[in-house]
Amino acid sequence: MMTRPALEQPGLYQPGSSVLHRLPAGVKLITLAVLLTVLVVAASPAGVAAGVAGTVAGYALSGVGVRVAVAQVWPLRWFALVLLAVQWWLAGPQQAVVTVGSLVVAVALAGLVTVTTRVSAMLAAFTTAVTPLRRMGVDPERVALLLALGIRAVPLVAGLAAEVRQAHRARGLPLDPRTYGVPLVVRSLRRADSLGEAMAARGLDD
Amino acid sequence: MIRVRQVSHRLGGRLVLDGVDVDLAEQRIGVVGANGSGKSTFARLLNGLVVPDRGSVTLDDLDTRRDGAAVRRRVGFVFTDPDAQIVMPTAAEDVALSLRRRPLSADERAARVADALHRVGLDGFDDRPSHLLSGGEKQLLALASVLVAEPEVLVCDEPTTLLDLRNTRRVLQILLGLPQRLVMVTHDLGTLDDFDRVLVFESGRVVVDAPPREALAAYRALVG
Repeated sequence: MMTRPALEQPGLYQPGSSVLHRLPAGVKLITLAVLLTVLVVAASPAGVAAGVAGTVAGYALSGVGVRVAVAQVWPLRWFALVLLAVQWWLAGPQQAVVTVGSLVVAVALAGLVTVTTRVSAMLAAFTTAVTPLRRMGVDPERVALLLALGIRAVPLVAGLAAEVRQAHRARGLPLDPRTYGVPLVVRSLRRADSLGEAMAARGLDD
Repeated sequence: MIRVRQVSHRLGGRLVLDGVDVDLAEQRIGVVGANGSGKSTFARLLNGLVVPDRGSVTLDDLDTRRDGAAVRRRVGFVFTDPDAQIVMPTAAEDVALSLRRRPLSADERAARVADALHRVGLDGFDDRPSHLLSGGEKQLLALASVLVAEPEVLVCDEPTTLLDLRNTRRVLQILLGLPQRLVMVTHDLGTLDDFDRVLVFESGRVVVDAPPREALAAYRALVG
């Protein structure tokens, strides 16, 4: 089976030395939160246009390339088209453009942060942010590890789902929710067990 | 030295280890046996992943029942399936994760990560997405993630079972060149020729404990 090249996968860190790559993860995450808030509060065609311009400039500054930039929003295409049609019909063309434009800009900006920031840097920023909660019994490093596992689970479960789909095709079975869901859940749980055991072996639960 | 004393253990009601009693001091020890013979459970005893129902497992003066975390810092474990072992999205981040509790500066951490990747031949893989590596590269990354913690003993549970011939040779070459003591569970009997000692498991017991030539001949006779 053909697999997509790494550079086209959304959300994957792309090594680089641009200004955006060198900015601390915490600064990028706070800036992202502020920009998204402004985008939602402004909710205007001018705001969306400014957002698009700023996002394009950000990607240009990052030097990750057009393919990587497009890959961040490509999975949204069908959803965005349906949303555009529904909004156009219900609220008119301006609202449709503002809603869909804001969504695409938000996803693209979030993608810009993830492609220029190592997950470990984001987790370190998160750990710093929740450190004050240590007094309430929260272990920031353990919570960060939990987040890392959540991130790891996405490609793992996607891989398992692809294997189950292939097994169906190989046996000529139709895609039935029961015969698809049960093996996927069972395999995911077994994989979770294995991952837990491996983490214990690496001393990550000590 | 690892001492396994009169260990018995049940899994799901089935007796998987039955009175196992061995001392492990040699540099290279192989473990063979049929599926379900207890060898993987035995391997998991050695770094405290499995605590025995009866008997004890000790590394020097550390007991896996009481000092599991300390034992795991000194005994590394490599699994059959590296996908179950890799956590972080890039190779360097995954190796660095093993050092998260170590009081190291960022420079020291980066140097140790680079050294571990170099030792397994993954130079330049730092920012590669770990889940997109080939099977062989994933196993090498899993090995680097264990080696970076500098264990004294390395336990490997069928580390080459999922690999092709080229990657099997690559992983074995690295494993056999390590200064660490090695305990390796395997079905690939040809890899054990240069080992110091081989344990043959059958129905949860060590039925042969001898140098490779003698032990493997006995194992082949056992399975017919």
